[in-house]
Amino acid sequence: MPILVNHIDHIYNPGTVFEKKALSDVSFSIEDGEYIGLVGHTGSGKSTLALHLNGLMKPDSGGIYFDGVDIASEGYDMKALRGKVGLVFQYPEHQLFEEDVFTDVCFGPKNLGLERQEVELRAYEALKAVGIEDDRFYVSPFDLSGGEKRRAAIAGVLAMKPKVLVLDEPCAGLDPHGREEILSIADDLHDSLGITVVLISHSMDDLAEHVDRLLVMHNGQLVMDGPTREVFMNRKELEAMGLAVPEAAAVLSDLKGMGLPVRTDLITVEEAKNEIIRALRSRF
Amino acid sequence: MGVAYAAPIFILNDIMNLLDANKLVFEYVRRDKNGDVDGFIRAVDEVSLEIAQGDFVAVLGPNGSGKSTLAKHLNSILRPTEGVLYVDGMDTTDSDKIWDIRKTVGMVFQNPENQMIGTIVEEDVAFAPENMGVDPKEIRERVKESLITVEMLEHRKASPSKLSGGQKQRIAIAGVLAMHPKCIVLDEPTAMLDPEGRKEVIRAIRALNDVENITIILITHNMEEAVYADRIYVMNKGHIVMKGTPREVFSRVEELEENSLTVPVVTKLAYELKTAGLNIPDGILTKKELCEAICRS
Repeated sequence: MPILVNHIDHIYNPGTVFEKKALSDVSFSIEDGEYIGLVGHTGSGKSTLALHLNGLMKPDSGGIYFDGVDIASEGYDMKALRGKVGLVFQYPEHQLFEEDVFTDVCFGPKNLGLERQEVELRAYEALKAVGIEDDRFYVSPFDLSGGEKRRAAIAGVLAMKPKVLVLDEPCAGLDPHGREEILSIADDLHDSLGITVVLISHSMDDLAEHVDRLLVMHNGQLVMDGPTREVFMNRKELEAMGLAVPEAAAVLSDLKGMGLPVRTDLITVEEAKNEIIRALRSRF
Repeated sequence: MGVAYAAPIFILNDIMNLLDANKLVFEYVRRDKNGDVDGFIRAVDEVSLEIAQGDFVAVLGPNGSGKSTLAKHLNSILRPTEGVLYVDGMDTTDSDKIWDIRKTVGMVFQNPENQMIGTIVEEDVAFAPENMGVDPKEIRERVKESLITVEMLEHRKASPSKLSGGQKQRIAIAGVLAMHPKCIVLDEPTAMLDPEGRKEVIRAIRALNDVENITIILITHNMEEAVYADRIYVMNKGHIVMKGTPREVFSRVEELEENSLTVPVVTKLAYELKTAGLNIPDGILTKKELCEAICRS
């Protein structure tokens, strides 16, 4: 389900001394099956934007269209929308509450009013998709490890069978192994299940390895939107916004500055390695 | 050998480490649904440490490796099941010394929000010295110098709720600093911060170590932050499995990966290039080092 965000503004506390324009004339569209990264400094408006994507917040002006239908239009089924656009908040494991993992994951689909059998089937598939083994289904969510809790919480959203999944800092606070697990789940959901994934992250290195397109927010505005590789070529502009480029890209651009003829549109460790080797070989 | 008997006591006091753990073990009791004892989990298993005044030590390890459990021993929040831990010569199981130990070793945790007490920054920083019964005039001085150290003096009248994550965490550090501890233990202090906040906090931590000579124990999942330490300890399954300088530890890429850890991205790239046959030294830590090594090779 394609999403069109059309010139939206969002103002917090309008008309008071605390008035703050969180989103300012933001426009973009998302096609089915995209894998998108959303970056920006704290306070840049990226979380506010994420909340608009499933109708938890409404724009003060402009419109958001799902499948071509304005979600602000009369009689729009918000509940169905929230099933279709899943939002995984930061530290989602804080929202686990049921007696065991399986029941917790059933909570979402149960509230969609589905048959019990369908609810349980979805919960089963969702838990499998995030790599939680059968013998962990009936333990208390609080007895899971940190990484497992995070995955169980993601399963709770997946059980709603969303077409679009927005993950807000899904790796925050995890160890390197846990980060890798979560990111490979995101990859799987995108590659195998065809879900549109929007990944909010501060780690440019993670984004370089995973997403195809990057949206950059700054002071409530969408300042860059393009293929990951192209966006990361704007090192100066990104650094001026307090953001960075992936380490591999920074190394390449430094090498170029030192006179080694390397391409600077490469962003992953693997690409940088091959490019450096190529440049050194061709030198002789 | 009479001299040899008398001398060690003198020498011992002189060269004593600030933190000295000998075969420290900590077991959690696991209970079943009815609250009956189900078994024990050895979270820390025979860990020995020697950390001197002024050291900057980073502790790495996957989730559940026992890092935080070990850290909680350092100011006697937890007490060892077996083995001993001396903090500045005080046994942490000695109940009479508990307040002295906590004055010596301060703790900063992951979530700054959970550590804020005061309604304005100054009050918050003054909380610990107030409780220690420090003279009000001196409290004011300590609050001021602590806030200067973490570069937050201009915000002294602000409400903590209006500060950014990095600023809040620096206030938490100032609060500990106002106790005049010899050592500060930071348990993933940057995990919830954005890159800018991380940089601010790491800069403050390095200043404490460089300028004030405060011993730092930094627990982190961020390999880039561990690069600044004098020494790194890697924990896994309750044991210390690797130790050395950042350069030594990060040279052992495969061993780190076996312990579910990674190396900084730059180190990883250097390692990949070396594996591909380039003449790159082990344990590259910064972009500058890597670029220079590449241009030389």
